[in-house]
Amino acid sequence: MKKQQFQHSALPYFLIAPQLLIILIFFVWPALQSVQLSLYLEDPWGLSSTFVGLDNYTDALSSDYYHQSALFTLIFSSAVTFFSLALALLLAVKADKVIHAQTSYKILLIWPYAVAPAVAGLIGIFLFDSHVGPLYHLLNQLWAFDHKLDPTDATLALILMSVWKQISINFVYFLAGLQSIPRAVKEAAAIDCQSSFKRFWSIDFPLLAPTTFFLLVINITYAFFETFGIIDTLTRGAPGGETTSLVYKVYRDGFIGADLGGSSAQSVILMVFVMALTVVQFRFIERKIHY
Amino acid sequence: MLNTHFKKALSAAVLSTAAAGSAQAATEISWWHAMGGQLGETVNTISKDFNASQSSCVIKPTYKGSYEEAMTAGIAAFRARQSPNIIQIFDAGAATIINAPGAAYPVADLLRENGQTFDSQDYIAGVRNFYADAEGKMIGMPFNASTPVLYYNKALLEKAGVKPPKTWEEFEAIAPKLKDAGVIALSQSHTPWIFSENFHSRHNLQLSDANNGFSGVATEIKYNNPEMIRHFDKMKSWKDNGWYGYYGSNWGDNRTPFEKKEVAMWLGSSGSFGGLKTTAKFDFGTTYLPYWNSITQGKEYNTFIGGAALFAFSGKDKAQNTCTADFFAYMSAPKTQVFWHKETGYVPITKAAYEAAQAEGYYNREPSAEVGIQQLSLPGGEWTKGYRLGFYVQIRDVMKREYDKLFNGDIDAAQAFSTIEAEGDKLLGKFAKTLGKQNVAKN
Repeated sequence: MKKQQFQHSALPYFLIAPQLLIILIFFVWPALQSVQLSLYLEDPWGLSSTFVGLDNYTDALSSDYYHQSALFTLIFSSAVTFFSLALALLLAVKADKVIHAQTSYKILLIWPYAVAPAVAGLIGIFLFDSHVGPLYHLLNQLWAFDHKLDPTDATLALILMSVWKQISINFVYFLAGLQSIPRAVKEAAAIDCQSSFKRFWSIDFPLLAPTTFFLLVINITYAFFETFGIIDTLTRGAPGGETTSLVYKVYRDGFIGADLGGSSAQSVILMVFVMALTVVQFRFIERKIHY
Repeated sequence: MLNTHFKKALSAAVLSTAAAGSAQAATEISWWHAMGGQLGETVNTISKDFNASQSSCVIKPTYKGSYEEAMTAGIAAFRARQSPNIIQIFDAGAATIINAPGAAYPVADLLRENGQTFDSQDYIAGVRNFYADAEGKMIGMPFNASTPVLYYNKALLEKAGVKPPKTWEEFEAIAPKLKDAGVIALSQSHTPWIFSENFHSRHNLQLSDANNGFSGVATEIKYNNPEMIRHFDKMKSWKDNGWYGYYGSNWGDNRTPFEKKEVAMWLGSSGSFGGLKTTAKFDFGTTYLPYWNSITQGKEYNTFIGGAALFAFSGKDKAQNTCTADFFAYMSAPKTQVFWHKETGYVPITKAAYEAAQAEGYYNREPSAEVGIQQLSLPGGEWTKGYRLGFYVQIRDVMKREYDKLFNGDIDAAQAFSTIEAEGDKLLGKFAKTLGKQNVAKN
């Protein structure tokens, strides 16, 4: 049997070439460079380098501090992802039901999206300042809150600021998702089922699944990488280095500490971890989603 | 209407290009620094005055963020062959640039080879050694040099009926009285600098092998010693007694309670003097960093400097190097130094500048401004010159981390210092390895 093949011009390749080029130059090439750098110990000025094999990897993986930072990253990222999705969903459901002044609610909720992570961190500095910060005083009345000395409190402060910053984008997507659920489906459900709570979980939530999956992916990425700016301004990894995320550690060791080999090895480990995470997300979670 | 505006704009553009063209006769040199706020304004004033003082050179200062950020920017620029003429590098980064062969143009050579005179003996002792190589040749031009001193709130001490302590034994005697008067006796900023590095110099204790890193590449840090452990055990008990306030590892967090009169004494930098005068709304005095009489047996040793120095990058053309040398000479001249000293509180770096400040009676009006330089001029011991340690920025990170845990009560001082020793040695060993074979022999 003759194989069927559509004939087409080189035009599509030509059209995607710029994007491919950008990916090659800005993603693939630097990634390969860090793999190379991670096998060397180089002096900060780039004057000499020594091949050390996998030393940088074993150094990182055998360090207690690295384990501590990995644990923090997992706890922190899960909390940020969970709370920013859950709270955004709650707000979207509520805003969807409001009839009066819906626009102003929406605008107010979308606002924080324009704030850069580093700025969110700076706002956090003021909110948690021990002399003038309202949040500090509020939390301090509940328990001896001190994010400068207590790692748990510092983590809490970081989660609060990171979630606050991320809620708005999730809110926009959830609201759009809710509004795209056909009215007929909602009305039919309302006839069959009295409980709005039950209706939400059995009708709205499954229909939102594609949106939720998409948001899950971008929120995990956010919690892992973009919260860097908030950490750098609000806690700088203190107290006791216990709020140092893996990405922030790469920055401290590489850019501030000038240890290029060690920092490259850590970034390669992160790269592998994120690839694995992506595979898991798409193989196991995405399968359960019906579009 | 629109047309005339356009014409005006066009002619203005032409004029400004012409002006830039005529100014090209002067050589432009760049200076990257880490002096923000009031310090940055003073840097700009000095640069402007230098530009006005002659017509052949124009210096352009650029603020590059914190000390760490400025150093990172300089390293990145050097790797990209886009380095500025002058970079400000802080104490903890000194080993990084001094150990890099050919990165910096040693200031001693730069000045001599470009028409200026240079004698390291003109600089005060605590300043002269820190940025010099093993043979005593100065590589960096000391710029903003400060040293840890004790600031005290006069009214609060008077209320408790006590005097500022000379030794830590005296501190232990007066702290309860300050507590009775309703204040915390002491807080301090930058524990690694004051209570680790300068603690060693104040008590003449060895800080690392290879002569504190001056005579070679150090591979062993000696912080894990009984004196340090005892001192930090004491501090922890002071904190538990309510005599010592630990507000985290940030500089400002520990200084604010002093400014707000919650803390009676604060250990900070002599370079904080200028800033404190505007932020602290009370009468304060300055005195030497206390020491343990039980360790030194009554003798007291000098502290060494913190702050930063200016390094000239190598590989620039002759005209630019001449301008850099001119600027360094201008900057270390007594007139400029006295101005800088009075504006900021950093110590004058040369003997001539110190004498000039004395001669104009500055210290009669501001006795507190002299404390830092007097402390730096105390008789030194074998281990009081400072240190030269690689990857020291990361070693300080380890210290900050462990001190946080110690004051949280998670670990005790012995555990903290054994971790600092283990991780510090590892980092030092790694740094020695990055140098490869190239210049270990030279040191």
